[in-house]
Amino acid sequence: MSVTSIGTSVKRREDKRFLTGKGNYTDDMNRPNQTHAYILRSPHAYAKIAALDVSAAKAAPGVVAIFTGDDMKVGSIPCGWQVHSKDGSPMKEPPHPPLAQGFVRHVGDQVAVIIAETYSEAKDAAELIEIDYHPLPAIADAKKALEPGAPPVWPDVAPDNLCFDWHIGDKAATDAAFEKAKWVAKLDLINNRLIPNAMEPRAAIGDYDVSNDLHTLYTTSQNPHVIRLLMGAFVLGIPESRLRVVAPDVGGGFGSKIFHYAEEAIVTWAAKQIERPVKWTAERSESFMTDAHGRDHHSHAELAMDDQGRFLGLRVATIANMGAYLSTFAPAVPTYLSGTLLAGVYTTPAIYGEVKAVFTHTVPVDAYRGAGRPETTFLLERLVDVAAEVSGIDRVELRRRNFIPPDAYPYQTPVALQYDSGDHAGCLDRALEKSDWAGFPARKAESAARGKLRGIGLSTYLEACGIAPSAVVGSLGARAALYEVGSVRVHPTGSVTVFTGTHSHGQGHETTFAQVVSDQLGIPIESIEIVHGDTDKVPFGMGTYGSRSLAVGGSAIVKAVDKIVAKGKRIAAHLLEAAEADIVFADGKFTVAGTDRSKAFGEIALAAYVPHNYPIETEEPGLEETAFYDPKNFTFPGGSHICEVEIDPDTGVTQVVRFTAVDDVGRVINPMIVEGQVQGGIVQGIGQALLENCVYSEDAQLLTGSFMDYCMPRADDVPFITVDHHTTLCTHNPLGVKGCGEVGAIGCPPAVINAVVDALKPYGVSHIDMPATPEKVWQAIQAARPAAAAE
Amino acid sequence: MYAFDYTRPTSVADAVATLASDSDATVLAGGMTLIPTLKQRLAQPSQLVDLGALPGLAGIRREGDTLIIGAMTRHADVARSEIVAAALPALAALADGIGDAQVRHRGTIGGSIVNHDPAADYPSAVLGLGATVVTDRRQIAADDFFTGLFATALEEGEIVTEVRFPLPKRAAYVKFPNPASRYAVVGVFVAETGSGVRVAVTGAGPGVFRAGNFEAALTASFTPKAVEGLVWSADDLNSDMHASAGYRAHLIGVLAKRAVATIA
Amino acid sequence: MTTLSVSLTVNGKKVSADVEPRTLLVQLLRENLHLTGTHVGCDTSQCGACTVHVNGDSVKSCTILAAQADGADVRTIEGLAQAGVLHAVQEAFREHHGLQCGFCTPGMVMSSADLLVKNPNPSEHEIRTWLEGNICRCTGYHNIVKAVQHAAQTLRQTAQAAE
Repeated sequence: MSVTSIGTSVKRREDKRFLTGKGNYTDDMNRPNQTHAYILRSPHAYAKIAALDVSAAKAAPGVVAIFTGDDMKVGSIPCGWQVHSKDGSPMKEPPHPPLAQGFVRHVGDQVAVIIAETYSEAKDAAELIEIDYHPLPAIADAKKALEPGAPPVWPDVAPDNLCFDWHIGDKAATDAAFEKAKWVAKLDLINNRLIPNAMEPRAAIGDYDVSNDLHTLYTTSQNPHVIRLLMGAFVLGIPESRLRVVAPDVGGGFGSKIFHYAEEAIVTWAAKQIERPVKWTAERSESFMTDAHGRDHHSHAELAMDDQGRFLGLRVATIANMGAYLSTFAPAVPTYLSGTLLAGVYTTPAIYGEVKAVFTHTVPVDAYRGAGRPETTFLLERLVDVAAEVSGIDRVELRRRNFIPPDAYPYQTPVALQYDSGDHAGCLDRALEKSDWAGFPARKAESAARGKLRGIGLSTYLEACGIAPSAVVGSLGARAALYEVGSVRVHPTGSVTVFTGTHSHGQGHETTFAQVVSDQLGIPIESIEIVHGDTDKVPFGMGTYGSRSLAVGGSAIVKAVDKIVAKGKRIAAHLLEAAEADIVFADGKFTVAGTDRSKAFGEIALAAYVPHNYPIETEEPGLEETAFYDPKNFTFPGGSHICEVEIDPDTGVTQVVRFTAVDDVGRVINPMIVEGQVQGGIVQGIGQALLENCVYSEDAQLLTGSFMDYCMPRADDVPFITVDHHTTLCTHNPLGVKGCGEVGAIGCPPAVINAVVDALKPYGVSHIDMPATPEKVWQAIQAARPAAAAE
Repeated sequence: MYAFDYTRPTSVADAVATLASDSDATVLAGGMTLIPTLKQRLAQPSQLVDLGALPGLAGIRREGDTLIIGAMTRHADVARSEIVAAALPALAALADGIGDAQVRHRGTIGGSIVNHDPAADYPSAVLGLGATVVTDRRQIAADDFFTGLFATALEEGEIVTEVRFPLPKRAAYVKFPNPASRYAVVGVFVAETGSGVRVAVTGAGPGVFRAGNFEAALTASFTPKAVEGLVWSADDLNSDMHASAGYRAHLIGVLAKRAVATIA
Repeated sequence: MTTLSVSLTVNGKKVSADVEPRTLLVQLLRENLHLTGTHVGCDTSQCGACTVHVNGDSVKSCTILAAQADGADVRTIEGLAQAGVLHAVQEAFREHHGLQCGFCTPGMVMSSADLLVKNPNPSEHEIRTWLEGNICRCTGYHNIVKAVQHAAQTLRQTAQAAE
């Protein structure tokens, strides 16, 4: 029997429960004797809490307890990454209490928790809490927050609002490169602030077992072990042995459920105080003002070229909004996840990047699908289009001239990373073909006949994911390691349970990982169960983000299975009375090479657990192995995305009419799932480029606080998407995989905006910031119309 | 939601009496605006008087040159009514574009016009067609009905029972939806009626209004060309993060022209 | 606190409950009846994760009071498969990978099933427009639309075969 399922679109094993309403999300769970928590939040962007009186609320019907910052004196929610400034000084790191300690610093900041028999009662009681806020001047815009006299978020810690001033690359070499330039392309751009909006709002249930002093937290997390570590060690002081964190079915994350949030600590802590379970579920309006936001970068970029259009040097200065507190990965996003990619797919020899990270009175900003790589990719791919304009060299040709050639791999960039593989021209060629780039003029003419402006745009990108080598990230400031664990338990009858430290919240690990193990062990997928999301079941792992699950977590599983196979060979050698070196394992059978003598995988499993005839002198009974896999390098997916838009010049409405993605995500285990990941990422990218925008008022009130104002992509906003692959394998992990979760969101936005700018070229438009809303596009046309008319 | 009482009267008279006896009571029709408002604790009525069980308030019929739609008729029923499709297809199309499918299965014409959300679709049809709003006690001409932002000529406790649309020679509605909420950023209803051309605009201002200069131009010549270059002043129009007043003013012209083009 | 007694049919079974007037249908379903397949994804009636059928029409159960559903016939995602056999829409979503995290899925499936009753042969544009009231953050809608197209085909073939 051959069970080679790698590369086939096995239907997802998790779907049946989701399709029949049998999923088990955190809010679907209820604990015996459970109470309900409502969290009272600040309506002010910045205020001193002069007085706080909960006495009337405590007497309200159904109220069990009310806690404020005065009651909950615990540790600070930690930041997981420390970045140093140019001068070597560490970033400014303000405290982050779960409940406000005298001040609130963004709209939505936690002030008190009201615990009652029902959620309605808790919310009713909250209205009886009297708070005397003394509002203080506040600021939302990171650029303005750096200006002298701007209201400080942390007057004692960072009076100038500067968290750090970081840099990467060789400034002198880069400046020298600009001296030699024939052309310089310049661009100022904004990477718009986004709200992740996984469809499942965050939720958390704290449960406390009094008799055994055991805490359990059920939470909507992408990484339960990380939450256990951060909350247990830093916030609440609970040893891991007394704290279990369970992340059951989770309804999407996109980064926003990586981070340790105050509510998790609040319900865990409160459950012990009242000795009853405490459940909290965010209303969507709370999600808007408490889930960590994404992006929010202002950048200035310059690209120097020689007379052939070859890139000589790149200079980038970015201001990154951190929000009011430093969220778990926040400092890494504009720096090590962003600045290290400034080479992109190009051979630019001299690069210098600077990042000023800034506190504002807004929700913390952290990793959101792509985390740093979309920011850099957008900047680079817009800048290259501007460079094409400046130099007069065709944008496709310009890219080709500067691609890192396939034979240059492994390629050391001037900004720390060493890429292991890629074929950028190959991706581009295939994308040009699949998108019928050559046929665009005819389609443009057809659109024009209908009064529409048509544009085409492309991006050729590379990103670093599969995070990551622990020693490398440790040297860059990460306060944790980033290996992954896989544990394989073979049962006596040969069925297998696999425990992974990654977490599946839409990615289909229960299927993909089972395919990998099925392939490796030669047993049917049905015999394999994948377990994740429970710190009491799974050894310490780091979770799912940065497109790392298969590359790092899958590799750990492969390594664990390797150990199983190795032990199986030793057992088989004993049973078959052959030398271990003569045993080969294939198609689920241990065979003496060159003979028909073999033992099935199940027979070996049984022998391991019923060791009557067994090499007991040298082998322990049982068949269970664990591997911790620490990758040697990041993985480097890349690709080429091509977008076509049609613009209604009368209204400015932009419609994406064609989208083609050719990605190199390494080996594809399940094409159906990979395509789904890419399509989803692309639509998030289209959302960023055309629809989504988090808006704060000048004084830091959140104006886009619901789906009424924050525009999520809907089915009628997007077309079908063409997804294809041009594969080179990752050279350093056993599966050759690179990661596919974020490529869509990374490669897409510049392709869309490049298409919009292309469509608007007749009006002299050279750049448009995201999102290219109808009014923004219409205004751009209006601004140019007199000039166009004069021609 | 704050706590409230709930009643479900079975006659208009009972509903009116309940409302008369409790000034803090609120009418619940389809609930598509009211329930989200209550959920956000933006209103605190003492009780909800649910009109869902009132007999005779839902239904569509044609009497000569008048199309009559009961106040509790759902958007979906208007959208797929053969009577409306034959008599006033512009209204069917308008109803089919309100909110989303699920909203159209609950939302009612009465609820929409009584709420008079400045971005709602129905008020533009009522005003653009010169309809008559019938209540439990009187008839109100469309021109008198909409009095301002979320305001109408209804008295406290007065219940709309039906809307009577005089059938026009031709009519069309074109909407520019807010990409997020799908409410109208601007919606323009154009009709050539027995009493002249009417152009009603929703979404753009503090309430639905008629665009006199467009009406005059179309009266002279009911062609897209007639409104080309016509400008509606941005002075009193809404401005928000989705659309400036100037953009809305521009859209009025674009949409009016497109509406006319579909029926000219 | 005043309570109301409501009686309705849910997935073919008659149920009654005493609820506060402010109880939403989705709360009745999730909290009283433990039918947690119907999800709440927003508080402004837009995401559609809570979509159920009330008297044969898809509605957002977060925007209808339990009291308004008194006497109604309600179907939820738990009641869509019959005798263990997935509905054609459920099957098509599985076959065409129309779901990832699964959170929007119950609403998406219920909304699509309603569409195919009302419009057995929808165009791509009609499918996309109908699904305006359901937000998915994972799939980019590509496979959802494909799934609905295939479910429509399956249902038409089944209907023809029955004729």
